Amino acid sequence: MQSQATYNYKVVRQFSIMTVVWGIVGMLVGVIAAAQLVWPELNVHEFLHFGRLRPLHTNAVIFAFGGCALFATSYYVVQRTCHTRLFAPGLAAFTFWGWQLVIVLAAITLPLGYTTSKEYAELEWPIDILIAVVWVSYAIVFFGTIAKRKVSHIYVANWFFGGFILTVALLHIVNSAAIPISFTSMKSYSAYAGVQDAMVQWWYGHNAVGFFLTAGFLGMMYYFVPKQADRPVYSYRLSVVHFWALIFTYMWAGPHHLHYTALPDWTQSVGMVFSLILLAPSWGGMINGVMTLSGAWHKLRTDPILKFLITALSFYGMSTFEGPMMSIKTVNALSHYTDWTVGHVHSGALGWVAMISIGSIYFLLPRMYGKTEMYSVKLINAHFWIATIGIVLYIASMWISGVMQGLMWRATNADGTLTYSFVESVKASYPFWTIRFVGGALFLIGMLIMFYNMVKTIAGQKAYEAPVLTPAAAHA
Amino acid sequence: MDINDLRSLITVLAFLCFLGIVVWAYSKHAKAGFDEAARLPLSDDDLPASRGRQDQEGKANG
Repeated sequence: MQSQATYNYKVVRQFSIMTVVWGIVGMLVGVIAAAQLVWPELNVHEFLHFGRLRPLHTNAVIFAFGGCALFATSYYVVQRTCHTRLFAPGLAAFTFWGWQLVIVLAAITLPLGYTTSKEYAELEWPIDILIAVVWVSYAIVFFGTIAKRKVSHIYVANWFFGGFILTVALLHIVNSAAIPISFTSMKSYSAYAGVQDAMVQWWYGHNAVGFFLTAGFLGMMYYFVPKQADRPVYSYRLSVVHFWALIFTYMWAGPHHLHYTALPDWTQSVGMVFSLILLAPSWGGMINGVMTLSGAWHKLRTDPILKFLITALSFYGMSTFEGPMMSIKTVNALSHYTDWTVGHVHSGALGWVAMISIGSIYFLLPRMYGKTEMYSVKLINAHFWIATIGIVLYIASMWISGVMQGLMWRATNADGTLTYSFVESVKASYPFWTIRFVGGALFLIGMLIMFYNMVKTIAGQKAYEAPVLTPAAAHA
Repeated sequence: MDINDLRSLITVLAFLCFLGIVVWAYSKHAKAGFDEAARLPLSDDDLPASRGRQDQEGKANG
């Protein structure tokens, strides 16, 4: 059978392992940043100062951990559901090494203080160019594979992955447009000015949430939930409709990051209305995923991978309810610039993005080494519970401190003066920041358990390349 | 015509396009294809344990 064609598992394997590694690095930096808020004396050096570690944390968890998980799962899903080997394997290998180089460069330049100061787009122009090149290569590999598929249908997960790849290319290239002060300098200035710059940034920023952190991970959901539950997706129709609803609506939601700023009022209102509309397609996806399990609920009791996937969907439902509520101007007047926002982001990032990725990687890892299961299913279960408790502590503490901060900042005395000084709200936040630190540390411990489980699963195993299967008769 | 009329027009066209997608997705015509597509991940045996059987299938289908 030497001549038998095999799927390209190598690049999937590489990205899967790096997902776990970068997950640990990114979350460790997060825990350190959380500790620095509780114990300011931990800001030991300018390179390790909170202001520089915080963007390192966000870039590492979103683009290194989340990005590697998206590369791994999209390359796996597109090959298996198209019944064909990955297009342009050399380019696929380039996306792996190129992406790792981007991450390493981020880990060096951010602590050194090189930043565009655009949130989630802090990396300076030479790195931005590298990202664009890697991303276009990713698009060529992914869509090339779809083009040479052996089945007539393009499975819905691939639509989500495809939408995510195209949109992120567009977002990154437009928002990163900048003019360097010289070709020998890292420093650049944005191509946009004033409020336009802010609007472009948050058009990018919110669509990074909508397409990087949502559409891509919904692609994961639409493959791994049906696969692990061994049932077809609850409603394929709904998946098609909510895909297009997300595509048509997400692009407009960005202005809700700029409520009560110099952005025109009508633009803020458009952003708010579209954010409210977003509840429908978001919940469409959540319901579709959860209902896929109908008739197989008992599997949740024994299968910790399914627990990860379904809990992820629950958090997705919660944070996509919370998001539209927070985008309402009057609610935003209370929540903006407080810890509530931080809690909301982590309900999405830890609860949805990390949990769906972790479940999917637990699914992938054994298959990459010719096994059917991880080394220890019990440890997956332990990981699940530790992570869940960590998230609950994190979100609950941020809700309380966020609402408290919002109320303290807006409180006025009868004569119109402020009731509290800013530092009083900082002082009142300490207990909640400590709880957040504990929650984050628990989540990190879960990732360390995953790392141990991964090493034990891989140890002594040979890399496995699965044969390319001819599609079942019905699909040919 | 003002450029803003064009912008409004595109928004309306996008909305009509979306309504078209909804009608198409819920039409009888699309149903059979969707059912087939929904089975794609499940009809694909990806467990290494059944390697032997898959190899045979591969050979038979050449």
